[in-house]
Amino acid sequence: MDSILQGLGQAFWLIITFDPDLYEIIAMSLRVSLSAVLVASAIGLPLGAWLAVNRFRWRRTTIAVLNALMGLPPVVVGLFVYLLLSRSGPFGVLGLLFTPSAMIIAQVIIITPLIASISHQAIRDLWAEYHDLLISMNATRGQRIRALLWDGRRALLTATLAGFGRAIGEVGAIMIVGGSIEHSTRVLTTAIALETSKGNLEFALGLGVVLIALAVAVNMTIHGLSGTERAPAW
Amino acid sequence: MSTLAGTLATGAAQGCEAGAGTRQPLLPLVLERAEARARGKLLIGPVDLTLGRSGFTIVMGPNGSGKTTLLRLMHGLQRLSAGTIRWNLPEPIARKRQAYVFQAPIMMRRSVLDSIAYPLLLRGTPRSEARARAADWAVRVGLGAALHRPAPVLSGGEKQKLALARALIGGPEILFLDEPCANLDGRATREIETILLDARAGGTRIVMATHDMGQARRLASEVLFLYGGRVHESGAAKGFFAAPETPEARAFMNGEIVE
Amino acid sequence: MKRSYSLLRAFAAFLSLVLALSAAPARAEVMRMAVTTSFENSGLADVLLPAIREDTGIEVQLVVVGTGQALRLGAAGDVDAVLVHARAAEEEFLAAGHGTHRREIMYNDFVLIGPQDDPAGIAGAESAAEALKRIAAAQALFVSRGDDSGTHKKELSLWSAAGIDPAGGWYRPIGAGMGAALNTASAMNAYVMSDRASWLNFGNKSDLALLFAGDPALFNQYAYIPVNPALHPHVRADLALRLEEWLVGARAKELINGYRVNGESLFVFNAVSK
Ligand SMILES: Nc1ncnc2c1ncn2[C@@H]1O[C@H](COP(=O)(O)OP(=O)(O)O)[C@@H](O)[C@H]1O
Ligand SMILES: [Mg+2]
Repeated sequence: MDSILQGLGQAFWLIITFDPDLYEIIAMSLRVSLSAVLVASAIGLPLGAWLAVNRFRWRRTTIAVLNALMGLPPVVVGLFVYLLLSRSGPFGVLGLLFTPSAMIIAQVIIITPLIASISHQAIRDLWAEYHDLLISMNATRGQRIRALLWDGRRALLTATLAGFGRAIGEVGAIMIVGGSIEHSTRVLTTAIALETSKGNLEFALGLGVVLIALAVAVNMTIHGLSGTERAPAW
Repeated sequence: MSTLAGTLATGAAQGCEAGAGTRQPLLPLVLERAEARARGKLLIGPVDLTLGRSGFTIVMGPNGSGKTTLLRLMHGLQRLSAGTIRWNLPEPIARKRQAYVFQAPIMMRRSVLDSIAYPLLLRGTPRSEARARAADWAVRVGLGAALHRPAPVLSGGEKQKLALARALIGGPEILFLDEPCANLDGRATREIETILLDARAGGTRIVMATHDMGQARRLASEVLFLYGGRVHESGAAKGFFAAPETPEARAFMNGEIVE
Repeated sequence: MKRSYSLLRAFAAFLSLVLALSAAPARAEVMRMAVTTSFENSGLADVLLPAIREDTGIEVQLVVVGTGQALRLGAAGDVDAVLVHARAAEEEFLAAGHGTHRREIMYNDFVLIGPQDDPAGIAGAESAAEALKRIAAAQALFVSRGDDSGTHKKELSLWSAAGIDPAGGWYRPIGAGMGAALNTASAMNAYVMSDRASWLNFGNKSDLALLFAGDPALFNQYAYIPVNPALHPHVRADLALRLEEWLVGARAKELINGYRVNGESLFVFNAVSK
């Protein structure tokens, strides 16, 4: 109990003293996770909608694989991306290993299945509702997907935020491909892991509190900007 | 609503009359031995029928007799299992010149204005023009005060009016309606009937299922009586209402239970 | 056709957005060095890195991993140099041609940690081997890194020197880093072998105490190996050499020998200048 209180105290202290290292780490966490969410949403949302709207031979298999990929251990993704980006790997010449780009790539791989899967479920329900109308109006495939994405935007926002939650809290993969290099690729989660390994449990917990506060702040900001959770739910 | 009649006619006509000289008519529609099945079970058919260039066809029949299935079959929502359905135009073109109003109106999660404008946007009409015409239509069907309300929160009657405006805004040559007034009160029913008569006057062919006998008498120029998934009796409205030929139609008209 | 173009455009816009979001400001003299967790945990890096920057203008980015992974990173050319402590593995690394040469820099030592009341009585042992024998005889809980790290390898070599094949319920290999091993030992009130630096900096000691140290068998030599530019032309061999010069120089000697945690010195500088 004492440790937990001390952790909260540490978090509060870190925030109000504007510890520059802390803000650097927060900025890196946000930059990596928000970029990853942006990329993963641009892939995952249309993919989810496409899977909901189209009937094709490997559809069930694709969905099953997608759902399975959601459970992929981040460490495995990290290893996979490491092997790709390593100087001895196929994309080594790009020199991306141990950079924020590498962390973004790993996170995109981790959260795209999640975003695609949640959006697939949401869009599938909406499609069941809209199906006859859109067919009747002779909407093309692309127009259908666009209408579903737009009208399902609240559910999709939820998918996106779930992706963000997974990204900002992820540690295994970005530790491997980012290296947690101080002043370069260190983010909140890898800093927490580092402090824990040093036995600085209160400090690590303090960082954890900061991480949660950050996630809550991002969620509220996005809900605020989009007007969800305020307008009538329809 | 009383001023509606004068202004309504134009909207529906725009689509068909533009270039009427050069444009091939969509109708007649011919069904030959048409059948619809679901998992092998025969839903309707075989149906032989021809829809002429103009008129107001009322589809009647007991519950489960196949009214909805027939409308969906003609509109292309229900897969044809056997027989043929032939428009006067190739299928892809024909699909673009019709509209359908569902028994339970499907409301998109958008404002009334955007919902009505949507069919125009689908065909590439610029957004501002689509919105202007949608606002116009909203006023015509009596939704002028609800332009910016979310469509899903409208009342049942308002939803039907929205669905009607959305169906008519593209100027369809033929409009299918499936019991559009089933859940409405007398006043809303009359308002919708006025809109339909105006659309017809503007040149839109109408095919509508209903089991409101009074409505059928007010609107029909032609009647299809379905029974057991087949067209049991059909003909001009006058003759049908004066003296139905089959005992089932007669019983149905008299309000008896027809099994 | 038109649609596929707009799709392409969208994708291109997207890529450039990602690049814009992830592009880091270019820095001139940056090199990466893989180091072991125990080195990072000692806190010495916080003293050395600013001094290196000041004297040489080089920004050294530390990738903190286990010895095995550090050498893998070096072999793959993902870092420019490694600073590790596992003699046999280092020799192998050099034999395979992954590094240009090996330069000894400094050493620290390992210590045996355990419950304050010392149920196995290792505090009075003559040697490290003797201490381990007592732990095995008492079947006292012992936490092992079990992660094939330099520290783990050292621990195994000590067990075999003691003539013991550690196994049984009392021996708990956890497959994790030094910090995790110390946290586990702290929670189970078990014996554990740690490098002195990690132990001194460790913040969650609870009932644990340093019970045995000082046997030369416990000394832990750190060596610096630049990655071979003949195999990996992109490595900053020039910076790696300049860093080496600094590491074996007078300023490094002063900082390494003078580094203290809780008043105890941790490292002994033993580089020989050429
Ligand atoms: N998808 C379907 N699967 C099985 N039976 C169906 C399906 N759609 C309609 N039916 C059946 O077909 C018959 C005609 O239905 P419908 O056209 O809805 O009748 P109506 O609109 O005249 O009440 C009914 O017996 C109905 O249960
Ligand atoms: Mg019906």
